Amino acid sequence: MASVESAASEASAGIAVVGASLGGLRAAEQLRAAGWEGPVTVYGDEPHRPYNRPPLSKEVLAGEATAAATALRHRPSIDDVTWRLGAAVESADLTARTLTLADGSVHAYEGLVAATGVRPRRLPLPGGPPRHVVRTLEDSVALRAELGDGVRVLVIGAGFIGCEVAATARKVGCEVTVVAPEAEPMTLAVGEELGRALRRRHEARGVRFRMGRLVAELGDECAVLDDGSECAADVVVEAVGSLPNVEWLGASEGGTPGLGPDLTDGILCDAHLRIGGLPHAVAVGDVARFPNPRYGALARRVEHWSMPADCARHAARVLVAGLRGEAHGLAPFAPLPSFWSDQFDLRVQSFGLPGVGDRAELLEGDAESVEGDVVYGYYGGERLVGVVALGGSKAVALAGRYRADLMELPDGLDLSPSWGSLPAL
Amino acid sequence: MLKVTVDLDVCQDHGQCVFAAPDVFTLDDNGRLAYVASPDEALRADAEDAADVCPLQAIRVEG
Repeated sequence: MASVESAASEASAGIAVVGASLGGLRAAEQLRAAGWEGPVTVYGDEPHRPYNRPPLSKEVLAGEATAAATALRHRPSIDDVTWRLGAAVESADLTARTLTLADGSVHAYEGLVAATGVRPRRLPLPGGPPRHVVRTLEDSVALRAELGDGVRVLVIGAGFIGCEVAATARKVGCEVTVVAPEAEPMTLAVGEELGRALRRRHEARGVRFRMGRLVAELGDECAVLDDGSECAADVVVEAVGSLPNVEWLGASEGGTPGLGPDLTDGILCDAHLRIGGLPHAVAVGDVARFPNPRYGALARRVEHWSMPADCARHAARVLVAGLRGEAHGLAPFAPLPSFWSDQFDLRVQSFGLPGVGDRAELLEGDAESVEGDVVYGYYGGERLVGVVALGGSKAVALAGRYRADLMELPDGLDLSPSWGSLPAL
Repeated sequence: MLKVTVDLDVCQDHGQCVFAAPDVFTLDDNGRLAYVASPDEALRADAEDAADVCPLQAIRVEG
């Protein structure tokens, strides 16, 4: 107990934000907005100040924007924040409230924000042509150096990154093939109907798809698919999802009570983004797995660009109140998730959580057209849970008509007590 | 006084701001952004949210 008391009584320990990307930045800003005047230290394993990742698979990869152009601006309220960059946090002791860095140094904190995001999943396949992922600035710059007229690019995976990289590579003259196990691209995010429309538009612009297939083996300048066919490739891009960066919080798969937080697929949080219900530790962004009362009690991670900002606003208020021993008075965190994806001249723009719907309905436009704007609505029973527009900004305006329906919270929510019953620390 | 500015040369009509602050930002039927340059003080939090979620960092909230 002595260490807890000393950490709590040293006001100078301040709040540690682990992760120096969008989530860490927004968390620092929102701590100030929530009235926290004490020290804030942001730890990041990359050498850079927070930068914007969406351009890495698009403008930066196409050579249309420099790395410097991706820098995120910050509010003046965090001019006094301490940035410890190139400083990977190896472990945290949530009881003693200390962090241990890769260099062995130990740092006390009073409050903790976990904002460590995700890293690309890699394929367990040996060999093959030069292989890339797209997550960091360095990744994007390295892949860009390989792209060019006539270069044969094999993209494994047809989610956001896969589709965006395919479009960008094609734009700069590459021969592009996408291989993925689903029936249509971006199925998880937008369902098969819109995925099919998206694939046809990609094909009209010269991208080839081998859907319903896995890569079985990588050889010299080729990949062998699970049906025995070969696909020539000078460069391979792995875009097969991501893994949350949770190891530093201490492995305890399943969240055995007394052994630490549940780190199964991200950091399990309560309805206020508190890690294991602790008053002095919260998680934000891609790494946080939390229940959203809009879509039922199931805790999910949401890897959308809008999520760090939404999380930070709520989590900072909860954390600051918790450190002061006050009630935060907030309703459970219930964000409206949103994402967009730019591929060629096409934009996919989503509001809500289409993936929780049980069916998709065409709300606007012509599903068979390969050019016009279309908007799909996603329903769970009678309730509209998501809207996705494919097309230009006109499609986004059309999607905006459904805002009020999407913002409506379902009736009869049981906000407690099940969400409070998280593993104890 | 609360002052909102949008760099329309940078804006790409994502519409994130419209969802975050519908009383400050709107997209017309052609998908073009329109906004209230001096919104009521009560809309400050919404306007700041909109600035945060703009993927292009095109929105500034001052005053």
